[in-house]
Amino acid sequence: MIRFRILHVDLSSRGLHIEEPTPEIMAECIGGKGLAGHYLHPHVRREWDDPELPLLFMAGPLTGTSAPASGRICIMSRSPLTGAICDCSVGGSFGWQLRRAGLGGIVVTGRASAPTGIEISDGSVSFSDASGLAEAGTDLLHRDLRDRGAVACVGPAAFHGVRFSSIMVDGVYAAGRGGLGLVMASRNLKYLTVKGTGSVPAADPDGLREAAEDIRRLVAAAPALMGEYGLRNCGTAACYDLMSWNRMMPTANFRRTFFLPAAGMNSHAFSERWKPRRVGCKGCHIQCKRVGEDGVHLPEFETMSHFSALLMNTDLDAVREANTICNSMGMDTISAGATLACYSEITGEKLTPSRITGLLMDIALQRGEGTLLGQGSRIYADEMGHPDRSMSVKGMELPGYDPRGAMGMALGYATSTRGGCHLRAYPISHEILRKPVATDRFSFEGKARIVKIAEDMNAVIDSLTACKFFFFGCSLEEYAAAFSAVTGLDVSAQDLQRTGERIYFREKMMNSSLGFSALDDDLPSRFFSEPGTHGGGIEVAPVDREEFLAARQRYYTVRGLDDSGLPLGEKIIELGLEELS
Amino acid sequence: MRGLLDKYAAKLVTAGLAEPGDPLLGGLDAELEWNREDDATPVLEEVIGGMGINSILFSRPAEPYRTIIEHLCRGEVSSIRPRDAETRTFLHDLPVVRELAAGPLLEKLRIRKSVIVPGRGIVTWGTVSPEQAFIFFSSVCFACFVKFFSDLLEERRQGGLSSLSRTVLARVLEYLPEYPADVPPLMSGPFGKEEDVYAAVAQAGRLTVENGLVDSFFGNVSLKWRNTLYISQTTSSLDELEGCIVPCPLDGSSCVGITASSELGAHKETLSRTGADAVLHSHPRFSVIMSMDCAEDCPDRGYCHIRCSWKRGVCGVPVVPGEVGAGPTGLCNTLPAAMEDSNAVIVWGHGLFTRSIGDLNGAFRRLLHIEGECRDLCISMLMEDH
Repeated sequence: MIRFRILHVDLSSRGLHIEEPTPEIMAECIGGKGLAGHYLHPHVRREWDDPELPLLFMAGPLTGTSAPASGRICIMSRSPLTGAICDCSVGGSFGWQLRRAGLGGIVVTGRASAPTGIEISDGSVSFSDASGLAEAGTDLLHRDLRDRGAVACVGPAAFHGVRFSSIMVDGVYAAGRGGLGLVMASRNLKYLTVKGTGSVPAADPDGLREAAEDIRRLVAAAPALMGEYGLRNCGTAACYDLMSWNRMMPTANFRRTFFLPAAGMNSHAFSERWKPRRVGCKGCHIQCKRVGEDGVHLPEFETMSHFSALLMNTDLDAVREANTICNSMGMDTISAGATLACYSEITGEKLTPSRITGLLMDIALQRGEGTLLGQGSRIYADEMGHPDRSMSVKGMELPGYDPRGAMGMALGYATSTRGGCHLRAYPISHEILRKPVATDRFSFEGKARIVKIAEDMNAVIDSLTACKFFFFGCSLEEYAAAFSAVTGLDVSAQDLQRTGERIYFREKMMNSSLGFSALDDDLPSRFFSEPGTHGGGIEVAPVDREEFLAARQRYYTVRGLDDSGLPLGEKIIELGLEELS
Repeated sequence: MRGLLDKYAAKLVTAGLAEPGDPLLGGLDAELEWNREDDATPVLEEVIGGMGINSILFSRPAEPYRTIIEHLCRGEVSSIRPRDAETRTFLHDLPVVRELAAGPLLEKLRIRKSVIVPGRGIVTWGTVSPEQAFIFFSSVCFACFVKFFSDLLEERRQGGLSSLSRTVLARVLEYLPEYPADVPPLMSGPFGKEEDVYAAVAQAGRLTVENGLVDSFFGNVSLKWRNTLYISQTTSSLDELEGCIVPCPLDGSSCVGITASSELGAHKETLSRTGADAVLHSHPRFSVIMSMDCAEDCPDRGYCHIRCSWKRGVCGVPVVPGEVGAGPTGLCNTLPAAMEDSNAVIVWGHGLFTRSIGDLNGAFRRLLHIEGECRDLCISMLMEDH
């Protein structure tokens, strides 16, 4: 069985208590995202800055064991950017330290009277005065605090009110999307540290060893992971050329899908320039992050794409500098880049490298034009009278995959519970990376159920707090074996899949209670009216509106939603969620 | 979905994996569709309804797979554990249930990608495409074929075939198709245009399939032209490589090769070490079977797929260990060195790699020839006892 001890922290009273969820709750939630949703649901109608709305940090049941790539955490609350529920799966060592400290998660409520830090060391929890640190960059804070274990913190942007503020773990791992950093800063919580010296037992060590071997064997067989151009050798930057080659690299605020200079701004170019070494999360042998020989972290794929093609920028240094600023100030690089692209299109200003970095600092410190840009592209575009120039879904800016190049991606963006996010359905796996097999990326055929199945599976992965990249090679079959070995429960892949359906459906219920409906499950109009950039034998037509709506309707049927995208009563009962409705 | 269901039903027949009219495929988006009517659909509907999948396949395997699978499932067997690389990596083991009923099927399919129902057929599934179900079906047939012959070779070594084994072997051999007598010509190099390079790679893949040298249509082909290696993509079907060949610059200046075959590294290193221009790899059954047949009693037994103390060969072709892909025990660490001394190498339990200069003719010719020799050798060894 899964035993999790959850630390509840009330910042207002500095009250602490430990709670242990029942085995039934753990079975229904798994951990991570599922468990965070369990704690969020009763409070979800509270505004994001309501001190009673919990900010949740949840590890997974495999975290701290030898199960490969299972050391992530889920951070969850409501998004200041979208108003919807929002969760981020983030790497680093926080989850690993948390489990070794004897905890499975942290529920933060209340608001401190001044910027505060929470420090956890095995059985002890203390508060520290962080009044002088509100303006401290996340990199410097991590440097100063890392002897206290893993560090999760926010940067100056969060304390200045930027709606896409991130929470940074161990300096460079971002819970980037949706502005959870702003939620944390609104509680006057600057950082958490956690250090653990215990161990996390497995019920069946031999079974876990066998499952881990199966996982590593499949990872080794996956070109996207261990291949010469896979994530181990090239980092996530490996996707940059692929998006360009497939004519689906968002360019000039999604007005085009091909950026000619991209060939000189790819993984190879960064490697030639900065001679990086690989680093990565605790318990992962892929190590997909890159640090240059000067010690500066290199941008990941999304950041590379948005700070080059999306802004029509050809300066490699500016891409790296933008990444460094966003990480240090604590801002989501995707939303930051896309908001600048929106600004560029509306104002007609071609952003020079110095303007890009200057505007980023203005956003982070909420000065000048940055004040409005820091509210995200949707509010900015609305204020400027051009709402259609915000390339976002539910107010969350779209990442580096143009939906005209992949219909599953188009549908997945629309149905994601947190907005313009590629990671909930992750159709790039089969539409572009050909895993588990290739599907026709220009067709909606079969995509409704594929998206639903993938959303359920990814809900499981985020609840196990495993790494989605590993599923370019593995499946839930191998992770179910690891889960069973760790917990002693006899659980199959399909059992987990069913649990994932329940977890994701609960998120739909939460969003519907917040007023989200089919009106929000949509794409910016540009994608239905303007083609992408043809070439290389590839024609990138606009998304067919009727086909999109038909696919979305099929998705609603498969998911158990009505025509308005709202949860059906019989589905709520079928999933045993009626007490929550 | 209907188009995909029909496509893979036809492909099962073309590949000799099922007989016409046997494959039953279901595909589910918002509505469930079948490629044809069948009494088994209510049971399979229950199965698909109980799982998070989008496609299901049920069919009797064609001969000789049917005879082989029935033989392997005799008695109280609840699971078949082949040792070949594909099964070890992707399927793990092959569960067996005795009844085509939703309960027993669901129990096994919830944890594995296939289930064998003796006397009835094989059930497999997919989460994104019926192609997955097709691949798993094919892989089960391949794995059982390899296990059957491997078991017989072992039985022979232990003192001789039983009368039951002899009887089954005789029946299986009756069903084995004739081996191709002629080597078809492939496009000749040197190539003047890039389109010709793409066409040559696609042609080699198609002929590899047409000559029965594959498992699940899998394998990989590469051809060097100027400073680029043109290689088939991962999970591409060798008979449908048009649009599934990725150009990988040899100077590493682009990462488009992230979708290339999992053996890209082994291909590149082989070409670099040998000066060859082309590599062809497939999973011909008897080459795989013979690579696994070893009489040596050594400390590595049971780990032959990752290490081997002996310098082994079959029909004059070196056999090396190595798992799929680029991990620490991957064949990328063993194959290229072996290819320096030989223009063909078999990877233990996995498949055959051949190389050639200028175009793919030499590589294809060697592939066909070596598989033919392995087939003759295997059958002659087993028939010695008759």
